[in-house]
Amino acid sequence: MAEPAEPAPAAEAGPARRTDHSPWNWLLLIPIVLPLVTPLYNRDAPRLWGFPAFYWIQLSFIVVGVVTTTVVYQMTKRR
Amino acid sequence: MRDHITEIVIFTALFLLVSGMGFVAARWRAPQDMLHLDEWGLGGRSFGAWITWFLIGGDLYTAYTFVAVPALIFGAGAAGFFAVPYTVIIYPMVFLVLIRLWSVSHRHGFVTPADFVRTRFGSPTLALLVAITGIVATMPYIALQLVGIEAVLKAMGVTGEGWLARHAPIIVAFAILAAYTYQSGLRAPALIAFVKDTLIYVVILVAVLYLPYKLGGWGHIFDAADAKFAASQAPNDGILLNANNQLQYVTLALGSALALFLYPHSVTGVLASRNRTVIKRNMSALPAYSLLLGLIALLGYMAIASGVQPLPGSRPGTVDNNTVVPLLFDQQFPAWFAGVAFAAIGIGALVPAAIMSIAAANLFTRNIYKEYLRKDATPAQEAHVSKITSLVVKVGAVAFIIFLDPQFSIDLQLIGGVIILQTGPAVALGLYTRWLHRGGLIAGWVAGMGLGMWMLYQIPNAAGRKHFGGSAFPLSEFGFDTKRTIYVGLVAVFVNLLVAVVTTLILRAAKTPDGVDGTVADDYFADEGDPRLEKARVTPEAVGSST
Repeated sequence: MAEPAEPAPAAEAGPARRTDHSPWNWLLLIPIVLPLVTPLYNRDAPRLWGFPAFYWIQLSFIVVGVVTTTVVYQMTKRR
Repeated sequence: MRDHITEIVIFTALFLLVSGMGFVAARWRAPQDMLHLDEWGLGGRSFGAWITWFLIGGDLYTAYTFVAVPALIFGAGAAGFFAVPYTVIIYPMVFLVLIRLWSVSHRHGFVTPADFVRTRFGSPTLALLVAITGIVATMPYIALQLVGIEAVLKAMGVTGEGWLARHAPIIVAFAILAAYTYQSGLRAPALIAFVKDTLIYVVILVAVLYLPYKLGGWGHIFDAADAKFAASQAPNDGILLNANNQLQYVTLALGSALALFLYPHSVTGVLASRNRTVIKRNMSALPAYSLLLGLIALLGYMAIASGVQPLPGSRPGTVDNNTVVPLLFDQQFPAWFAGVAFAAIGIGALVPAAIMSIAAANLFTRNIYKEYLRKDATPAQEAHVSKITSLVVKVGAVAFIIFLDPQFSIDLQLIGGVIILQTGPAVALGLYTRWLHRGGLIAGWVAGMGLGMWMLYQIPNAAGRKHFGGSAFPLSEFGFDTKRTIYVGLVAVFVNLLVAVVTTLILRAAKTPDGVDGTVADDYFADEGDPRLEKARVTPEAVGSST
């Protein structure tokens, strides 16, 4: 009886179960949904440096994507 | 016609330089034991933020991107710009989904997505389907990389008229690629990616600054494209979308994004990183490539504005739009710079081709060879089989390009996307829930694949082909009174999911045995230095298998 029973894996025994749920994750919906709404950008005017709106608005979605993923990463990383 | 000696010399020199690097890469971050699939096939699972950035960037943004996307913009206009929303959507999704795959793979020693499916659903059959799907979808993607090299070689005038003269340079280039991938595994493309991306960034930045200046400004470039599309007969071209192709545009962007991270080579790139933080940080940094991609796409309009006429295709009477970007560089830049640009595209084809062939080889080794042919294979044997398979895969890709018309390169890739999407319910949803029954997933896969193939078969294209002419399916075929089209893959995967759910309910009601789940909830959050890891890694079968 020296040996105790097989210890439960740390996962199930640990008091705080790990999770990656966070309200901040909802922010990631923005860069997923925005590019799918064509009425937002499917036009020529206003032009920016000669780029029709169709092109510069979609290129600016890349920046939106970078900002949201960065914010979510900073807000959800474990300390 | 000027001669291309300078271009050819620079192209060859850079090509040989990276080939040398490919061979030396075996000693880079020297592994303790190269004869292990973790080392050959995943670079030791040790890559940090920078290497991962270059590796995944080099993996996802391929020669196909640099050649075929501008070619599409050149031919059809706005519809080709789908590549930008597509690469915007993908990172937030990867941020949430693939990171779980990384964790569970890290703990269980999985090398492929099919490894995960096998353990999660306790079903070697489902894993086999996922593996075969991955291999079949990857083959034309590798072939596409050859199309990129071929376009460059054509523009340099290297390819001759005869069968051998047309294909010999490609075969030589791929033989060299095959040799160093065989020797160095994933370390080769990881090291070469540094050179490739540096060249690409330099070339594109120069191009997008210098060419608009030379061609009269961005406004003029867009106006020239607008004038060309206004004059053409095709109904769906133009610098904006029209009422009929907007649905296609967004479903294609969404479907392609879902497909991209299901591809085995994306998974390989992600699994090779060291920890979760590396992946998360990269999801914010990788969009730098998307910006580049958007600018590259617009090279198609610059080609219109500068009056580029594409070279003839492989069949009489056709043109090869894939040659417009190389021709643009050839006509607008000094020979030495065009040579650098061509090398960038050529090397840009080698990095993803290497990663893809490694990924396909890993699938074969882990989910077919080890599962069905030799259950007691040692890690060294696995590595050996993978190395051999990577050679076979490359020969297959070369055969693809030699015997099929490369004009349809982008459609081939779109078909591959439709196929790989059908693994989504098992792989991506499987990371979140075990609710779907393995039988349901198999039924869904069959339904989605069948429907997808049928839809693709129904699609003609403008070049006169009656079947497999693209991925835009007219909704009128379903009985809707409209001219709108929709992306085949998204419809197919939706039906796939529906069938999976219904079948699951039936199988549950019939109390059909469902396999054992070899993972626990905590596996999906494991990170570098995990206490349970070493045990799992030493005897992967003890922990990693449920049967």
